[in-house]
Amino acid sequence: MSSETGKILTTDGIPLEESLKQSEKKNKIKAFLLVAPLLLFLIITYMIPIGDMFSRSIDDKMVTNMLPKTYKAMENWDGKELPPEEVFEAFYLDYKILVKNKTAGKLQTQLNYEKNGFKSVLKKLARKQKKFGEGNYKEQIMKVHKRWRNVEYWRAIKRRAPSYTYSKYLKGIDMYSNEDGKIVQVTEDRRIHRILWIRTVEVAFFVTLFCFLMAYPIAHLLATLPMKYSNLLMICVLLPFWTSLLVRTASWMILLQQQGIVNDFFVWIGLVADDNRPEMMYNKTGTYVAMTQILLPFMVLPLYSVMKTISPSLMRAGKSLGATPATAFFKVYFPLTIPGIGAGCLLVFILAIGYYITPALVGGASGTLISNQIAYHMKSTLDWSFASAMGLMLLTGVLVIYWIYNKLVGVDNIKLG
Amino acid sequence: MSKKEDFVKFDKVDKSYDGKVLVVKDLNLDIEEGEFVTMLGPSGSGKTTCLMMLAGFETPTNGEIYLDKNPISNIPPHKRGIGMVFQNYALFPHMTVFENLAFPLKVRKMSQVEIEKKVDKALSMVSLGGFANRMPGQLSGGQQQRVAVARALVFDPSVVLMDEPLGALDKNLRESMQYEIKHIHESIGVTVVYVTHDQGEALTMSNRIAVFNDGKVQQLSSPDKLYEEPVNSFVAEFIGENNTFGGEVSEISNGTCRVKLEKGEIIANPISVKSVGEKTTVSIRPERALINPKDRMDNNQKGKIEEVIYHGDHTRVRLNLLGNSEFILKVPNSSQNLDIKLGNEINIGWNSHDARALDPK
Repeated sequence: MSSETGKILTTDGIPLEESLKQSEKKNKIKAFLLVAPLLLFLIITYMIPIGDMFSRSIDDKMVTNMLPKTYKAMENWDGKELPPEEVFEAFYLDYKILVKNKTAGKLQTQLNYEKNGFKSVLKKLARKQKKFGEGNYKEQIMKVHKRWRNVEYWRAIKRRAPSYTYSKYLKGIDMYSNEDGKIVQVTEDRRIHRILWIRTVEVAFFVTLFCFLMAYPIAHLLATLPMKYSNLLMICVLLPFWTSLLVRTASWMILLQQQGIVNDFFVWIGLVADDNRPEMMYNKTGTYVAMTQILLPFMVLPLYSVMKTISPSLMRAGKSLGATPATAFFKVYFPLTIPGIGAGCLLVFILAIGYYITPALVGGASGTLISNQIAYHMKSTLDWSFASAMGLMLLTGVLVIYWIYNKLVGVDNIKLG
Repeated sequence: MSKKEDFVKFDKVDKSYDGKVLVVKDLNLDIEEGEFVTMLGPSGSGKTTCLMMLAGFETPTNGEIYLDKNPISNIPPHKRGIGMVFQNYALFPHMTVFENLAFPLKVRKMSQVEIEKKVDKALSMVSLGGFANRMPGQLSGGQQQRVAVARALVFDPSVVLMDEPLGALDKNLRESMQYEIKHIHESIGVTVVYVTHDQGEALTMSNRIAVFNDGKVQQLSSPDKLYEEPVNSFVAEFIGENNTFGGEVSEISNGTCRVKLEKGEIIANPISVKSVGEKTTVSIRPERALINPKDRMDNNQKGKIEEVIYHGDHTRVRLNLLGNSEFILKVPNSSQNLDIKLGNEINIGWNSHDARALDPK
C-alpha cells in the first residue's frame, strides 16, 4: 500500500491531506455563506455609519473648498496683524462666487460657529460687494463694516483652513483652541457639556446601582420559587418589555406629577403636606425612577440565568459546615452570582449612559443627559459634525468601560443567559 | 470511651409537606455512637426526608429528634455540628480544594496554622495530598467525592450524614469508594448515617440497615440478619433475590407450619403467621434451594426447567415449581453432573427453616 511512500492515499489515489483540505474547503465556504448576510448587515448598518460619523466629526472641508483662493493667499500670512491686500482680494473673489451661486449662507453659518457675529458682517458684505470697484479691495471691504478691521475675524477664517479639525471634540468637553492656537476652557457660564457628561455618568451609575439592589432579590426569588409561582413572577418582570417605551414613560409621568397618584398617596399617609407636594418629575428624581423601572429587566434576566444554575445544595452545604445563613450567603452564594452581576451592570450601565427618550420626557432641565444634547444638535442646530463628535465620545466612553470591565472581571465571565 | 447508646434518636417523628400525606410516619430510630447506619429504601420512601430533618433543613411535623440526648428541632443547621456529604458533592466551585476544606474551620475561627494542619490531615486521609490547590472543576467525579467526604469530616463532627454520595459514580469507582468510606469510618469512628437506594452498597458498608418503605422503617438490623431473616415480605422482596409462594396456613406446630398452595403444599418457618387459616407469602432465597439434595430435606419438589442463563460464576435457572413459573435457582458453575437442560424435570429441596412464612403481599 501507499504507506511505503509515507503518504496515505485515498482510494482515488489523491493524497489524504489534499482530499481532506478539499472537503473542508467546501464546508468553510458553506459556513461563510451562512454568515455572509449577517456580516453584510453589520457592515452596512454598523461599520459604515460609524465610519461616516467619524469622518463627519473631523471633516472641515466645506469651508476649505468654499474659499480656495483665500486660503492659498493666507499661506504666507502670520496672523499677527491684518492680512495683506492679496488676501482681501482673494476673499472678495471667492465670496463673490459664493454669493452668485447662492451658497454664501453655509459659509456664514460655519464662520459664525467660529466667531460670534460673523454672520451679520458677511451678510452685509454680500449686499455691498456688488458695487465694489476694481482694485484696493482691502479698503473697500473694511469700509463695509468696522469688524473687518478686527484681526480676530481674519484669524477665525484662517482657523478653518485645515481640511480636518478636532475642534468639535474640544467643544464637547467645553474647550476650544483660541486665537493663539492654545487649547483653553470656555468661559464658566458656557461650560454646559461637562455638566452633562458628569450627570450622564452619575445617572447611569445610580440607575445601575438601584437596578442591582432591586433586581438581586427578585432574581433570587425567581430562581428559587416553585415553577408555577416563578412563571407568574417572570411574566411580571417581562411585562414592561411588551409595552412601548413611550407608554411606560408616559405612565410614569401620570404617576409622578405633582397632582399625580404617588403624590396623592404621600399626602394621604401624611408624609407631605397638601400644599407642599414635592416635584418628582422634570428633574433627576423622575429620570432615576423611570429609567430604573425601564432597565430593571436587563438586570434581572442575567442574574436569574446565573442564579438558576447555582445548586441549592451549595447553601445547605455551607450551613451544614457551620456557616450562619449570612456567612453562607456572602461566602458561597454571592461570589457565584458575580458573572451575572457583571453582565447585568454592564448591560444596564451601557444602556443608561446613552438613554434618550425617558430623560427627554421626564428629565426636565436638570434631568437631561448627553444624548439629549446630541439629539438637540442633530435636530435643532443641525450641527451634525458636533453631534457626531459627541456620539463618538460616548461610544469611546462605553468602549473604555468595557475594557476596564474586561480587565477587572473578564468578559468571558459574563453570563447573559 | 464507652459508646453512647441512642446517640441519635428519632422519637415518634412524623413529617408531612402538604398537610395531607405523611411522608414519614411515627418514626422511631436509635443510632449508637460510632455506628454506620444506612437508610435504605425505594425512592419516595421518606429516607432522604429523615436525613434532611436530622441535618436541620426540614423540621419534623411532630415528634422530636435527639442528638446526644439533646432535642435539636429548634437548633438551626449551622449550630448542629453535623457534617454532610451531598448527592452532587456540593463543593464550592469558586474555591480551591484547600479553601473548600478550610471553610468549616474558618467559620469556626480557627488559627491559620491549625487550619492548614487539619486540612492536610483530611486530604491525606482521602489520599488527595497533592490536590489542595486544584479547583473542584478540575477533579474527576471520584476525586470530587473524596473532597466532599474530607470536607464533611475535617471539622470533627460527631455525626456525618451522606445522601446517596456515590449515586453519580460509575460502577467500579462506586465499589472502591464504598470500601474507602467504610475504612475511613472504621479508622476515625465517627457516627455515619448513610442514605442509599442501592442495596449492595448498604449491605457492604453498614453496621445496621434501616429499610424504609412508605414512610416507615420496615426492619432495622445488621446486613446478614436483614438478608437471612427478613421480617416481612417487603424486606424479603427488596433485599436480594427471592422466590415467593402465596398460600394459606393449614397447620401450625413446634416452630413449623404447613402452607397450602393452589397446587401442593410446603413446610415453612412461621415468622409472622400465628394461626391456621391466615394468608401468607412464603419466601425462599434462591441459593437455599438445592438441586438433587444429598441430605434429606423436609421440602422436596419436582420442577421443570424453563430457562437457563449463564452468568459466568453461576448459572441462573428458572423453573416452574408448584405453579410458580418464576422460581429462580442459582447453581454454582463448579458443580457438575447436573442435568440442567431446558425442559428437564429436576428434584429441588430446601429446609423448612429457610422457607419463611411472612405477611401476605
